Amino acid sequence: MDVRFSPAEEAFRTEVRDFIEKNYPAHLRGVARSEYDSREDFLAWHRTLYKKGWVAQAWPVEYGGTGWTATQRYIFNEESAAADCPMLLPFGLSMVGPVIYTFGTPEQKKKYLPGILSGDVWWCQGYSEPGSGSDLASLKTKAVREGDHYIVNGQKTWTTLAQFADWIFCLVRTDPNAKQQEGISFLLIDMKTPGITVKPIITMDGSHEVNEVWFDNVKVPVENRIHEENKGWTCAKFLLSHERAGIAGVARSKRAIIRLREMLAMEKIDGAPLISDLEFQRKVAELEIDLHALEYTELRTLAGESSGKGPGLESSILKIKGTEIQQRITELALEASGHYAQPYQRDLGDNEHVGPDYAELVAPHYFNMRKTSIYGGSNEIQRNIIAKMVLGL
Amino acid sequence: MDFSFTEEQTLLRDTVRKFVQKAYAFDTRSKVIRSDAGWRKEVWKEMADLGLMGAAIPEDNGGLGGGPVETMIIMEEFGRALVVEPYLQTAVINANAIRHGGTAQQKEQWLPAIAAGEAICAFAYAEPQGRYNLADLTTTAKKSGRDFVLSGHKAVVLGAPYADYILVTARTSGGQRDAKGVTLLAVPKNSKGITTRDYPTVDGLRASEVMFENVTVSPDFVIGEVDNALPLVERITDEAIAALSAEAIGAMKVLNDATVEYCKTRKQFGVPIGKFQVLQHRMVDMFMNYEQSVSITYMVTLKLNESAHERAKAASAAKVQIGKAGRFIGQQAVQLHGGMGMTDELNVGHYFKRLTMIDTQFGNVDHHLKRYAALTDDKAAA
Ligand SMILES: Cc1cc2nc3c(=O)[nH]c(=O)nc-3n(C[C@H](O)[C@H](O)[C@H](O)COP(=O)(O)OP(=O)(O)OC[C@H]3O[C@@H](n4cnc5c(N)ncnc54)[C@H](O)[C@@H]3O)c2cc1C
Repeated sequence: MDVRFSPAEEAFRTEVRDFIEKNYPAHLRGVARSEYDSREDFLAWHRTLYKKGWVAQAWPVEYGGTGWTATQRYIFNEESAAADCPMLLPFGLSMVGPVIYTFGTPEQKKKYLPGILSGDVWWCQGYSEPGSGSDLASLKTKAVREGDHYIVNGQKTWTTLAQFADWIFCLVRTDPNAKQQEGISFLLIDMKTPGITVKPIITMDGSHEVNEVWFDNVKVPVENRIHEENKGWTCAKFLLSHERAGIAGVARSKRAIIRLREMLAMEKIDGAPLISDLEFQRKVAELEIDLHALEYTELRTLAGESSGKGPGLESSILKIKGTEIQQRITELALEASGHYAQPYQRDLGDNEHVGPDYAELVAPHYFNMRKTSIYGGSNEIQRNIIAKMVLGL
Repeated sequence: MDFSFTEEQTLLRDTVRKFVQKAYAFDTRSKVIRSDAGWRKEVWKEMADLGLMGAAIPEDNGGLGGGPVETMIIMEEFGRALVVEPYLQTAVINANAIRHGGTAQQKEQWLPAIAAGEAICAFAYAEPQGRYNLADLTTTAKKSGRDFVLSGHKAVVLGAPYADYILVTARTSGGQRDAKGVTLLAVPKNSKGITTRDYPTVDGLRASEVMFENVTVSPDFVIGEVDNALPLVERITDEAIAALSAEAIGAMKVLNDATVEYCKTRKQFGVPIGKFQVLQHRMVDMFMNYEQSVSITYMVTLKLNESAHERAKAASAAKVQIGKAGRFIGQQAVQLHGGMGMTDELNVGHYFKRLTMIDTQFGNVDHHLKRYAALTDDKAAA
């Protein structure tokens, strides 16, 4: 047992820190992703890392990955979060990319992986449907084979950032008569194909992050299918376990707690900084302790992964605890802001803002973060997984 | 022991419920909160016509002569509909300030106007530095001949964009946080020297930052005693807390009913999700949180006219219970609705947002836990 970093790892940390310092776009520093103005804002950091060869941290070297160890990835994440770098969009890099290099044909790898790496092609995830959320395998969007095409009909929903997407990866039903999981295929669909309509869904915090995606007789070449027909569930399960692994967000939560502490130093209670308030000190301490434990749980998982076990069932713990902590941080920021949590300032002009800067988005963020216990397999579903698969109940 | 409502009170509830059902369909509300005005004058007028504005104002002053229970009934129904008009600020807070602190002449001047829906009032108690301490005031009212000259900045004054009058707490003497030296003034919003910056709030209301710059206020507009208004301010905020608690239980009830209904109909894995025991227990906890909140709302409502000490304890207790229950019920209602709970389109998020913001009004859970603890401290009592 040893959790110290080697001199080589420390040198790597310095290299990462220097690179970020020199290259991170100044105009995005400290700007939350929900406040980005344009597609380019989302992609700026991705492109910078791509040029450096650092964008696909978890991919094998042969496909353009960094070949970093789990520890190096951990260090990179820490440094990026500490410098307020945005999270890279997961849909290409962490979701469909690994599916393609794991299950795709050589032609498919050649066609799709470069665009994911460069950021030129924006992907979105078409899994959920109005009737199929937690019970994903019940999905109904159907793809009927006609010669060398599938004709796709149905509706996906909650599709994150589909308004910017060039391509969507979808789970579709190709055999309505088979057992649920055995009649599903994994299709890549160009968003410009005729018959696709994207409709915005506004969330309660006022942002446009998710969408409905409708398919009306959309013609998709059979060669866009990854893996065998009716074997899409294998890809889906593979992808879901990858999605969960990144979701703990330890480094980001660490950074968010630092920001929370900064805010508590500025907000006053009876003339003294709020952080001098015993109640508040306790709450922040409790949160930090939770996060320490989660960090070590994640490190244990990573160590297991390095020894070849792959992201295991522990990833459900990371998802549950990680999201609970993220939500709690926004809850405390909201509490700390007092009256100035109330103004809704997104639509105000530049000179119309009120209250301290740190309070401005606390309420929208708090509302928005409720999503984290719902998506990526809800926290109830994650607990079901642990109960069944780990405890054998 | 009797927790039943009188015939008149039941009738009042029916009247209010029918009124909001008609005037406050969820879609209508959604349009209104997005409109430039943000509220509806005709709805305000109808509230007055139905007698709601004067429900707790004495008959001699043009009201219906009710009390805290009537206010509770109205606020609970308003909570069910997420009413955005500044009823609390006008018909509860300002009316109470004048009832308890006003001279006969002030009562004659204000109360009938409030009851008739002709005076719209806001309550400017919070300041940027003051958090929830009602006495932490940098706004000053300096004596100048007979008049007072008011200067300062009041934060997040709900209802101020529509208000004719703003009830302001200001320091007339003493240090920034002294209990003594607080004075309450009802200032016409069109007075020279007042500027406002208006904005929407995250829960669909409207508020303003209100800046006073050497505003001359005649002594006729001082409510209660000069320098000694803090007890009055505490009383009207405790009463406001009781009313807010009633609003909160109205909102909680809607969320609980909607969640149970949704879990009965939403199917995943071939069964209604309400069949999953973990969700059943969650809804049972939501239900218990609601029932406890109803109980404490009754408690505070019934104790409003007891000693200041008892009243304050009850109000703080209620604010803590409502704050905690509102958070739990709001979060779980969203969670159990899954993605749908996150949308702006469904009503659930709107009730969640309102319950969240109720905790930030007149002191949050932490503030009132401390206040309660201080009030029940043996040493303090001895
Ligand atoms: C902001 C946001 C972004 C999203 N982005 C995407 C995206 O990009 N692509 C995509 O495909 N999907 C996306 N989703 C969808 C997300 O994956 C689903 O919302 C999620 O799977 C839950 O499904 P549901 O919303 O239909 O809720 P339901 O499955 O109907 O669940 C409702 C409630 O029932 C509970 N429940 C369900 N089954 C059980 C059970 N067996 N035991 C106990 N409790 C249960 C759930 O935990 C939840 O609390 C997103 C969702 C959100 C909110």
